[in-house]
Amino acid sequence: MLDVAVIGCGIVGANVAYLLSQHKLRVAVLEKENDVSMGTTRANSAIVHAGYDPEPGTAMARLNVRGSALTKEQCAAFDVKYDPIGSLVLAFSDEELATVRRLYENGVANGVPGVRVLTKEETLAMEPNLSDAVRGALYAPSAAVVEPWDLALALAEAAVQNGAELHLETAVTGAEPIEGGWRLHTSGGDVDARAVVNAAGVESDTVAAFAGAPGFAVTPNRGEYYLLDKSQGGLVHHVIFQCPNKDGKGVLVSPTVHGNLIVGPNAEPAERGDTATCAAALAFVREKAAKSVPGVSFRDNIRNFAGVRANSDQSDFVIAATASGFITLGGIKSPGLSSAPAIAEDALKLLAEAGIPFEKKERFVCSRKKKRFNQMTPEQKAEAIRENPLYGRVICRCETVTEGEIVDALHRPIPPRTIDGVKRRCTAGMGRCQGGFCGPRVHEIIARELGIPQQEVLKDRAGSYIITGRTKEGGVSHGE
Amino acid sequence: MANIICIVCPKGCRLTVDEKTLAVTGNGCPRGAEYGKNELTHPVRVVTSTVRVEGAAIARCPVKTAGSVPKEKMAGVMRALDGVRLTAPVKRGDIAVADVCGTGVDVVVTRDLPAR
Amino acid sequence: MANERYDVIVVGGGPAGLAAAEAAARGGAKRILILERDAKLGGILNQCIHNGFGLHYFKEELTGPEYAGRFIELVEKTDVEVKTDTMVLAVTPEKQVHAVNARDGYIVLDAAAVVLCMGCRERTRGAISIPGRRPSGVFTAGAAQRYLNIEGYMVGRRVVILGSGDIGLIMARRMTLEGAKVLACVEVMPYSGGLTRNIVQCLHDFDIPLYLSHTVTNIEGESRLTGVTVQKVDENRAPIPGTEMHFDCDTLLLSVGLIPENELSSGAGVEMDRRHSGPMVYENMETSVPGIFAAGNVVHVHDLVDFVTGESQRAGAAAARFAQSGPSPEGRVIEVKNGAAVTYTVPGRIRMANVEKTVEIFFRVNRVCGDSVIRVTDEGGAALASFKREHLAPGEMEHVSMPKVLLEKAVGAITVGVEEA
Repeated sequence: MLDVAVIGCGIVGANVAYLLSQHKLRVAVLEKENDVSMGTTRANSAIVHAGYDPEPGTAMARLNVRGSALTKEQCAAFDVKYDPIGSLVLAFSDEELATVRRLYENGVANGVPGVRVLTKEETLAMEPNLSDAVRGALYAPSAAVVEPWDLALALAEAAVQNGAELHLETAVTGAEPIEGGWRLHTSGGDVDARAVVNAAGVESDTVAAFAGAPGFAVTPNRGEYYLLDKSQGGLVHHVIFQCPNKDGKGVLVSPTVHGNLIVGPNAEPAERGDTATCAAALAFVREKAAKSVPGVSFRDNIRNFAGVRANSDQSDFVIAATASGFITLGGIKSPGLSSAPAIAEDALKLLAEAGIPFEKKERFVCSRKKKRFNQMTPEQKAEAIRENPLYGRVICRCETVTEGEIVDALHRPIPPRTIDGVKRRCTAGMGRCQGGFCGPRVHEIIARELGIPQQEVLKDRAGSYIITGRTKEGGVSHGE
Repeated sequence: MANIICIVCPKGCRLTVDEKTLAVTGNGCPRGAEYGKNELTHPVRVVTSTVRVEGAAIARCPVKTAGSVPKEKMAGVMRALDGVRLTAPVKRGDIAVADVCGTGVDVVVTRDLPAR
Repeated sequence: MANERYDVIVVGGGPAGLAAAEAAARGGAKRILILERDAKLGGILNQCIHNGFGLHYFKEELTGPEYAGRFIELVEKTDVEVKTDTMVLAVTPEKQVHAVNARDGYIVLDAAAVVLCMGCRERTRGAISIPGRRPSGVFTAGAAQRYLNIEGYMVGRRVVILGSGDIGLIMARRMTLEGAKVLACVEVMPYSGGLTRNIVQCLHDFDIPLYLSHTVTNIEGESRLTGVTVQKVDENRAPIPGTEMHFDCDTLLLSVGLIPENELSSGAGVEMDRRHSGPMVYENMETSVPGIFAAGNVVHVHDLVDFVTGESQRAGAAAARFAQSGPSPEGRVIEVKNGAAVTYTVPGRIRMANVEKTVEIFFRVNRVCGDSVIRVTDEGGAALASFKREHLAPGEMEHVSMPKVLLEKAVGAITVGVEEA
C-alpha cells in the first residue's frame, strides 16, 4: 500500500509530490495525460502575482504571499526561468484610482513587499508605450514572470528522482474507503493508499465527489491569449494589468521569460478541457489590450492559445479533507500558480493530521541545472560543443536550440514522448516559425532516442498522431 | 473554340484552340501551340514523385518521367513506382523504371544520392 | 589566434547562396566560403521535387533537385569551400561571422564581403490567428512537403489546403498522387496567389475545388484534426455569417505566405525595407552596410528560382568586386518608390556610378491587372519610360529594365506605377 497517492500533476500536484518525496514515504502521482503540466499549468499568464489582489485574512492572501516567495526560491534552485520584472495595475478613471488605492492597502495588509502608488507621470516614465489616458498605477516590484510548465516539471522530476512513482495516462475513475486508507480505481487498475491528495485542477470537484460531498463546484472559465514575436517583447518591461473586475484580473500585456510578448486573457465560461480559441474572444483581447498599450502589433502574433481556469463557486481556494485521509486542493484559480508551493505545505499539514508520519530523508534531490545554449557566452558554447558535439547542431533555428539539449531532455527522469513535450522542456519549436522547420527533425530525434517508430511519436496528447503512414509502400489507391 | 491556359511555362498564356482545325492562338511560343493541340486530343503530363532508396542519407529518392506521359496513365505510373527500390549511390539521370507503363518513357532519378 | 579570413562568406547554401558563391568565384574572389545549416547544399529545392524550374535560366524544365544539382556541380568545380551542418549565429557590421557546428565548435570568421542568402520561412497558423482547437494535423505546406518528399511519410488522408500559393497548389497534387483526398483549396483573396499553370495542373487536373474569397474560421479536434469550418469573406476579408461550410478532414495544410528570414540581417545592422520585409538593397544587391550583400528570398519572396539565381549572381559578383577593390564609388543615388498598384521595388536605391547600361527593377502589384502600362516617372512628373503588359498579378513578380540614359534624366526619386487600360 502506498502512503500517499497524488491525483494530478500540474503545478499543485507536482509541488505536493516534491514535498512528500523529501520524506520517508511511498508516494505515487497519478496523471491522466501523457505528460506533466498538461492542464491549466501549461496555458495561463505565467505570472507570479505579488499578492495584493486577495482580500486580507483569506487563505488566498496568505498562500499567495508565501507561495510567491517560495516560487522564487524554487526557480533559483531548479534553474527555472524566472524574471522579477514587477507589475503595474493601471487606472484610467477616478473609480479605478480608488481601486488602485484599495489594492495598495490590501498589499500592505497582506505583507507584499515594496508596493506603491504611482502618479501618471511616474507610470509613463516607467513605461513610455502605455496609453496616455493612464491616470496612475499600483506598482508591485515583487511580481514576476516564470515558465510554469517547466517549474512543475522540475518539481515532478525531483520527486521521481527522490523515489516517487509517476503514472502517466492513468485516469482516476472512482475511489472507495478500505481498511486504513483508500482504494482508487484508475484506467491502469486499482491503487491503494493510506491517504489521497486530490490536485485534479478543473476536475478537482469530480474527484472529490468520489470520496464524499465536495462542498464546492468547479466553474471552468476559459482565457484566450496572443503570444507575439520577440520583436514585440520590448514594448513593455513590466506586467501591465488593468484594474480587476468581477471576471478576474483582466487583460494583461507582459514580456515573457523568453522575451516574447503575451497579451490576454479574456474570461468566459467554458466546458472543462475546452481550450479552443474563438474569433470574438480574440477580438475582445485585442481591443482591451489596446486600452493599456495602443502600439501592440498583432501582425507579429506567433500563436494563440487558451487555458481553462479551475474557478469555483467559492471565493477562496478549497483546501480541506473531503473525507478522512482524502485531502482536496480544489478550485485553485488565480493566483494558484503563485500559491502552489504554499498550498502544498498546507496539504502536508492536513496529511499529518490524517496520521501520515513525516520523517525527513537525509538526502534528496532539491536542485537542477539546465543547459541553455542560447544563454551561453561564446566560450561556454565552445566548451559545450567540445564536451558534446551534439551541442554544435542547431535544430530549432528560431530559438537556437541544439540537438544536445533535445537529447538531454529525452533522457531526463520524466522523458517527453511528444513534440510538444520536447518544446516544453527545451523551447524547440516555441519561436516564430512554430516548429515549421524543426518539427520534423525533433520528430526524428525523439524516435531515434526512444527507439520507437516515427509513426508512434505524437504531437501532444494521446491520439495526436502526426503521420498516417509511409509513401511508396503500397496500400494507397492513388486517387482512383 | 476551347479556352485553355498553357502550363508549359510560368507565363500561363491563355490559349484558344479551334476544336475542328486544332489551330491554336494566344500562344507565346511554339511549345504552347503543341500543348494546346495535345490538350484537346491526348493531354499529357510529366509525373514527378519519389521512390524508396536504401543506403542513402534520406529515405526517398526524387524521380520524374523523362518526358510527358498520357494524363490518364498518371495513376498507373504512381502505382508502378510503389514497387521500386533503389540502392545508393544513385546519380541524376539514372533510370529507375524503363518504359513505365508501356509509355515508352523512362522514370529517371533527379537527385544525386551518395551511399551513406 | 587570428580569425580565419575570407574574401566572401555566403550565409546559406540554397539556390541564392550557390549562385552567389559561384559568381563570386568567377568574379575573381579568392577565398570563398558557404555556410549551410542543413547536411546538404541545395536548400528548399531538395524537397521541391516537382518540375517547372529553370525555364528562364537553363531554357529547359527541371525539377528542384535537378536545378540545385546543376548549381552544386558548378560550385564543386570552383575552389569555393563549404561547411554544412553549420549554423550562423551572428553577422556583425564589421563582417565577422559567428557560427557553430559539431566539428569546429564555435567559430569566428572574418570576411571582406558577406552575402546574406538565408531565404524565407512560412507564415504559420499563429500569424493569421485561425481560431479553434490546437490538434495535430495542421501543417505548413513546406513541413508537409519535407515529410512526404524527403522522409517518405504521409501526413494525412483527407486534406483541406488554406492558401493558393504555389507550395499549397503543388502539395494538393502531391498529396492526391500519393493517395490522399484533397477536399478543397481555400483562398482568402479574390484571386489565387500562385501561378496560373499550377491552378490548372494541380487543381483542375484532379477536380479539386478552389474557393476564392473564403477562409478557414474554425479548427476542430481534441487530439488530431477532425474538421474545419470554411466561410466566405467580404471585401475586408471578414467572414460572412451564414456562409459556413464544414469539411471533415484530418489534415489542414497552410500555404499562407512566406516571410524573409532576417534575424541575422537585423543583427548586422542593415537597414530594412518594410515594403518587402527584407534588407533595403542597392542596384548591386548591397545592403546599407558596405560590404554586406543580400540576395534571393531573404530580400523579397520570389516565385521563380531563375530570378533568384540572376539576382544572387549579381550579388556574388558585386561582393567579389568589393573584396578586391573596396566600396563603390560615390555619386548620385536615386531612390525607387512605389507608384500606383505597386507594393515594393527591388532595388530600393540606385547608385548611378555602379550602373553600366541598364538597371533591372523588380516589383509586385497589389491586384490583378489586365492590359496595363508600367510607367517609370520622376519627381517632376516626367515619364521616363513605359512598358506594356497584357497581364499582371500579385502572385507573379514583374520586372522592367531601365536604361542608364533614361535614369540620368530623372529629377529626384523615381516611381514605378501601373496603369490599367
